[in-house]
Amino acid sequence: MRSVRALAATAALSLLAFSTIAFAGQPKQGGILRMYHRDSPGNASIHEGATYSLNVPFMPVFNNLVIYKQDEAQNRMDNIIPELAESWAWVNDNKTLTFKLRQGVKWHDGKPFTSADVKCTFDMLMGKAQQKFRQNPRKTWYEQVSDISTNGDFEVSFNLKRPQPSLLALLASGYTPVYPCHVSPGDMRTHPIGTGPFKFVEFKANESIKLTRNPDYWREGRPYLDGIEFTIIPNRSTAILAFVAGKFDMAFPTEVSIPLLKDVKSQAPNAVCEIAPTNVATNIIVNSTAAPFDNADIRRAMALALDRKAFISIMFEGQGDVGGTMLPPPNGLWGMPKEMLETIPGYGPDVKANRDAAKKLMEKAGYGPDKHLAVKVSTRNIPVYRDPAVILIDQLKSIYIDGELDVVETANWFPKVARKDYMIGLNLTGNAVDDPDQSFYENYSCGSERNYTNYCNKEIEKLFDEQSQETNVEKRKKLVWDIDKKLQEDVARPIIFHSRMGSCWQPYVKGVTIMTNSSYNGYRYEDLWLDK
Amino acid sequence: MFAYLVRRLFLMLVTLFGISVVIFFLLRIVPGNIVDILFAAAGYVDPADKANLEKELGIDQPLIVQYWHWISGFLRGDFGYSYVSEKPALQEILPRIPITARLAGLALLFSASIGIPLGVISAVKQGTRLDYALRVVSLSGLSLPSFWLGLLILTAAVAMFGQIPIFNPNPKTWLEAFATYAVPAAAVGFRSAALTMRITRSSMLEVLRQDYIRTARAKGASDAAVNYHHALKNAILPVITVIGIEAAFLIGGLIVTETVFNIPGVARFLVEAIRWRDYPIVQNLVMFIAVVVVFANFTVDMLYAVFDPRIRYTD
Repeated sequence: MRSVRALAATAALSLLAFSTIAFAGQPKQGGILRMYHRDSPGNASIHEGATYSLNVPFMPVFNNLVIYKQDEAQNRMDNIIPELAESWAWVNDNKTLTFKLRQGVKWHDGKPFTSADVKCTFDMLMGKAQQKFRQNPRKTWYEQVSDISTNGDFEVSFNLKRPQPSLLALLASGYTPVYPCHVSPGDMRTHPIGTGPFKFVEFKANESIKLTRNPDYWREGRPYLDGIEFTIIPNRSTAILAFVAGKFDMAFPTEVSIPLLKDVKSQAPNAVCEIAPTNVATNIIVNSTAAPFDNADIRRAMALALDRKAFISIMFEGQGDVGGTMLPPPNGLWGMPKEMLETIPGYGPDVKANRDAAKKLMEKAGYGPDKHLAVKVSTRNIPVYRDPAVILIDQLKSIYIDGELDVVETANWFPKVARKDYMIGLNLTGNAVDDPDQSFYENYSCGSERNYTNYCNKEIEKLFDEQSQETNVEKRKKLVWDIDKKLQEDVARPIIFHSRMGSCWQPYVKGVTIMTNSSYNGYRYEDLWLDK
Repeated sequence: MFAYLVRRLFLMLVTLFGISVVIFFLLRIVPGNIVDILFAAAGYVDPADKANLEKELGIDQPLIVQYWHWISGFLRGDFGYSYVSEKPALQEILPRIPITARLAGLALLFSASIGIPLGVISAVKQGTRLDYALRVVSLSGLSLPSFWLGLLILTAAVAMFGQIPIFNPNPKTWLEAFATYAVPAAAVGFRSAALTMRITRSSMLEVLRQDYIRTARAKGASDAAVNYHHALKNAILPVITVIGIEAAFLIGGLIVTETVFNIPGVARFLVEAIRWRDYPIVQNLVMFIAVVVVFANFTVDMLYAVFDPRIRYTD
């Protein structure tokens, strides 16, 4: 009898334990997610900005046609899923991308979503609509799109000038929401209307951003949260302390530096923290139109002098990646393999040998121990720019280059760069999508507005187009590696390192996925829930 | 007294006009404008888009025209629109004023209520251990930057109580509401209290050596009557001056304190507006601060006249 009781008790306990586990894993409805925001975005219109300070709070307001799966860390072509589209198909020799649209979707103001909204959005992005964005930083993404056509209310086609498989990747980015036709770009800057899981409530500049659950969201049972509240705290110390004190459920994503992460873990041991690459590359822009960097030998010497591992160890305690233009593997999809990377001058592991070669090039150009080259290293007056610039100056000393730091206020940085009023500059380049089309055309294509150095190589340009049209991924990858290698050898914009940053949240916040090859695409937050 | 008042009022108006000119042109001397910053944030510059935006915001017009638009609007009560939020400037500024006013008021109250009594005690107990201790405290108040003190308070609060006394827009209890302002007010008021204490002490020491104090003591007046009725009343004038100046300087201190304690007041808002070159906000806000400072000085001048009849008769 005793054994029967014991067995029953064991069974009951097991059942209880199992149900507790199951219960803990079951998403719960309700609760407001409290997060701090690192700064006050200029406005609320994702299409008019180029910072993830906009994507984090406003991506939950919108939907795209397609989106990267929000619960997978790596953005890949094979994890793009339909959102406002129900399906898509490439037709007409891969020159037309047709989407069947979801029916019954409503904008937050109650108006129905149709194909006209999609056409409006992309016509505006291409600069073809009557209404204009005040700023349109990603116009170049749609250069291969000749027009958008609709077939009824629920079918829309992107007609391309030539095949561009990566268009789908660009459309899946957090930077590509569909806007309503009936709301002006001006209103979208102050009171965005979307179809997304959360409705915009208010945005008080320098204070807070509030979103509330969209009860009419087309995806049944989502979102789990009742709302999201962002408190704007520009002071990083205050923000981290507030997170440690439990005032916030989540720290601003990819904003906790590696040294700060240690503080967080020591003061709040239960906090869940992850370190991930941000796909932001720290690089050098070189003014090759004026002396002394019009001399290719000096440019090459500078590239040879870089000790990339030293940068990473000083700034990120070893948590960073050495790579070319594209984010290196395993997190990056298109980065060169290590063996190939190390064949590029300056990337080899023997720093001393690299610098000896650099010294020879400097001596060839007429410089040496008794005759140093004086240069100004310009950069923005922001720590993430300034700190590596100081390290760069120190490293250049080893090859007879005496650098002087020239810090420039943000307002004057781009006018200065556009005027070519610099010798070398320390710059950061963020990639919203881990795809060569976004990176190559934006940063290295002849005439691109974001090609700050005006690097222009017609041969490479042809290769850009070749890889862009290639539908075989493996073939495209090889082409991309060759292009990336050539860009580094040309010292087009020497990449120093790819940074990694930390993200932290309280243990009861569930369903968080930090993306590992872009910090712009993972903030829909409809699957996020609070286990409280 | 009337002539004195009129003269001070006239001076005040001239000062405000001068300030408006300085604010306007200084802002334009600073390199870059809102359009540069917007494009810098977007990482590209399209000359056509840039020109359109400059035209839309009216910053393509000659400076004198821009000044006239602003100052005439200011006098009519039309403060324009924020370039950044695209909301009326007044709508952006007004809700923040009470927050900063409460903080500044509390900081000044802290400064006066702590600084004056401690200054008197320190003077009366000159040369004692208490005097030395108070002087050390006042010296530390002058030496510690308020942002550092603020961060120290926050760190200590988190480490000791697991709570952080940063701004809470919706306090649930009286204690929370009080903490929202009291802790940052103490952080910013500490320096001001230290200064007030030192001025009170030195002023009191000077007065306590006067003949009439000796006479009052000889007449048998109690220590309290001598210190507070005879000495403090005459020693308070320089202290009032310092508190008046501190009221003006407090705005500078509040910028840092509002940032550290994340208080959405005008001071922090001003810094952000300067960063964005949001001219309508900066111009109107600085003008507002100038009006407050000029009025504070005017009030101090009037208080002088009230406390010291010689000023009314001679000035």
